[in-house]
Amino acid sequence: MKALLLRDLRLAFRAGGGFGLGLAFFLIVVMLVAFAVGPQAELLSRIAPGVLWIGALLACLLSLDRLLALDFEDGSLDLLATAPLPLEAALSVKALAHWITTGLPLVVVAPALGVLLNLPPQGFAWITIALLVGTPALSVIGTFGAAITVGIKRGGLLLSLLVLPLYVPTLIFGAEVARRGAQGMDVSTPLLMLAGITFGVLACMPFASAAVLRVNLR
Amino acid sequence: MSLWKYANPVKFLHLSERVLPTLWVLSIACVATGLVWGFFFTPDDFRQGSTVKIIYLHVPSALMAINAWFMMLLASLIWLVRRHHVSALAAKAAAPVGVVMTVIALVTGALWGQPMWGTWWAWDPRLTSFLILFLFYLGYMALWAAIEDPDSAADLTSVLCLVGSVFAVLSRYAVNFWNQGLHQGTSIPVATGERSVADVFFVPLVIAMIGFGLLFLALVFYRTGTEIRLRRTKALLAREART
Repeated sequence: MKALLLRDLRLAFRAGGGFGLGLAFFLIVVMLVAFAVGPQAELLSRIAPGVLWIGALLACLLSLDRLLALDFEDGSLDLLATAPLPLEAALSVKALAHWITTGLPLVVVAPALGVLLNLPPQGFAWITIALLVGTPALSVIGTFGAAITVGIKRGGLLLSLLVLPLYVPTLIFGAEVARRGAQGMDVSTPLLMLAGITFGVLACMPFASAAVLRVNLR
Repeated sequence: MSLWKYANPVKFLHLSERVLPTLWVLSIACVATGLVWGFFFTPDDFRQGSTVKIIYLHVPSALMAINAWFMMLLASLIWLVRRHHVSALAAKAAAPVGVVMTVIALVTGALWGQPMWGTWWAWDPRLTSFLILFLFYLGYMALWAAIEDPDSAADLTSVLCLVGSVFAVLSRYAVNFWNQGLHQGTSIPVATGERSVADVFFVPLVIAMIGFGLLFLALVFYRTGTEIRLRRTKALLAREART
């Protein structure tokens, strides 16, 4: 498991692995939103939590189709499937690697982009916590989407159609945590719901992902 | 005599040929009676005027939009557990019917909402969850269309249907949490038996609901038959191409 994790991380960090693309994309989305709605500070600060979440969502989505497709093409997925490690575990590790390479950097830079969007000071901690709790769910759900579309040529668009509706609950609770935090309200209910979704998804989703991947490798 | 014998396509086609004429007649009669009665022979509501009559389209279609997904879920489970092809094809056949029902419910709701709420669309929990359901239907159908091998397509869409059901329920609660509702609660709570719809409106509504249910059944039977024949044709063509 550790070897697989290290391999995926090394592949992502190596040149051409696409690490940092997600971050740049995140930055561009935030910048474009500021261009689109205009530079009024109070408006930006009101929509900042939502914009940061949308940016994180899209940046996550962007890197999903390379999550399994490359391994599928060069045959290493077949090797993984026949390895003694259960496919469920292998996919969990892959989701973890995806989170470390895309989710975690987003969490780290989100406060910096919050400054650009004029996020109120009390919101910084909560947007970071919300993203930290919510982004693992995005990676795990995304792995399911990637596993479904792995055999399909040009499955990228289909992948977003399948995965984005599944992101709805995470997005609602995540953005709610960030919004309430920014306004200085009590965040415990949405935060607990968000954590519940993340843990539930972590526990159940790898089985669904492995099931569809087995079908695709058949 | 068990239900499972209809897993055999020949038996299923035989059954659907026997049942379909009755189903068509009954469903069209019910839908026509319900709608005509509802549109022309019920009084106008004293506050809503004649806009109340859209209920005869809106409620039955919304009901069937959700039930169609349940039927797909059931059919997908049967396919995953017992591997009956008819079941997978029935799920495939039900999706377009369900998506049409969803669209009818959304459009009629918007038409009613414009004079009554003063807006075509509100980000209300019920409206939003229907929109999400619509997206799930689209994704499901797109996945069926994208995969060539019929067996893996059936497997993948079945798992997607299962996962989608869980997330549809989750989204429903999340959306409830997210925004307070503008949409009224159910008019016909089955459990308590107290309904907020007067008798004059209620009888044609029930007839229309039964009619939509039967229409859905008839359409699914019909479309499943078409899918079975389509697959047979493909098999025949493939066999001919080989010889």
